[in-house]
Amino acid sequence: MTSSIDPIVLFFLLGLIAGLLRSELRLPQAIYEFLTVLLLLAIGLKGGIELAKQPFGELLMPLLAVIIMGTMLPLVAYPILSLVGRFKRADAASIAAHYGSVSVGTYAVAIAYLGAQQIDYEAYMPLFVVVLEVPAILVGIVMARGVSRDTDWGKLAHEVFLGKGVVLLMGGLFIGWIAGPEGVEPIAPMFFDLFKGVLALFLLEMGLIAASQIGGLRRYGLFIVGFGILFPLFAATIGTVLGWMLGLSTGGTILLATLAASASYIAVPAAMRLTVPEANPTLSISASLGVTFPFNILVGIPLYHQFVNLIQNLGG
Amino acid sequence: MHLETRKLLTITTEAALEQSVLEDLDRLGAHGYTIVDARGRGHRGSRNASWDLTSNIRIEVVCPEQVAEAIVTHIREHYYANYAMIVFLSDVDVLRPEKF
Repeated sequence: MTSSIDPIVLFFLLGLIAGLLRSELRLPQAIYEFLTVLLLLAIGLKGGIELAKQPFGELLMPLLAVIIMGTMLPLVAYPILSLVGRFKRADAASIAAHYGSVSVGTYAVAIAYLGAQQIDYEAYMPLFVVVLEVPAILVGIVMARGVSRDTDWGKLAHEVFLGKGVVLLMGGLFIGWIAGPEGVEPIAPMFFDLFKGVLALFLLEMGLIAASQIGGLRRYGLFIVGFGILFPLFAATIGTVLGWMLGLSTGGTILLATLAASASYIAVPAAMRLTVPEANPTLSISASLGVTFPFNILVGIPLYHQFVNLIQNLGG
Repeated sequence: MHLETRKLLTITTEAALEQSVLEDLDRLGAHGYTIVDARGRGHRGSRNASWDLTSNIRIEVVCPEQVAEAIVTHIREHYYANYAMIVFLSDVDVLRPEKF
């Protein structure tokens, strides 16, 4: 195994340091959105092409297990936030929802990591990203509001299922699946050859954004930092065990552990802002972007790789 | 030249609220609006539009006084407590009152 740092991680550090030093560096918002769209489509397309090569078959079981994991994680996070962190109900529920859902940026870095180490993973992993994005949002809203209150579920379903992440990932999957490997060939340079370059620029901006969350961390203190590191470690352990029980490959288990450990910063904040407005968005974003995202990128992913090696050695 | 006075209602708020506020405006009788992306700083901190969650919009509506009041009342009740939002009214002279 090589121990040299992947250059894309250095781009993240560049953004982080430039942000902390209050450099004037800033990517235009439209560029940031474009990079996100490219990453989401590339991940979807890659999964779709692989799915075209093999029958769906035994997908139902793993998908169900992963959905249950996505539902349970916020239910575990909530009492910790509420009892130990002493957050208000809405805040605890909102942060819990962020940690039950996933970060596509983190997933993309994990894919790049596996690529660099030449570790294979299951083709259907992007489906896991899609199904993990949703349940935690619903659990979070129910924890904040209860079911009886007048939540507009139609509007919520629209927000959750037609959000940018789900539409582009599923869209990419379908396009890749229908077009197949040869069909996608002409657009491959855009989505696959440029993937790491796009990811590098994306991470540069993520570094800048993460640096801008430091103010929030200073205000809300040590608990957020501790939670933002310890909860992902716990969730990654769950993800590792689940991946092992499902019989996933080493790469697939690392990705599932990373997905479990990652916290949302696109779909969940947007949904929470509209459905649980009394929750303070700065709290959950400081935790998810200021602590957990950098932790996963810099330390987490290689560490989860060790988790997986460990369980595979123990389990034989 | 004949001019009539109308209210110019200006709302500066989080981009996340766009859809929701626009539905309110339609329902409460505004005939049109203009939206621009905005950046700035207020008591909820700097909103520098570097990404989705820190994006602001400014919505401008020209309408009769009673419509403006209905919108302001509704907005104050529904959004003021939990969202970054600034609303103000001013008088404007318009050439074609039937448009507003």
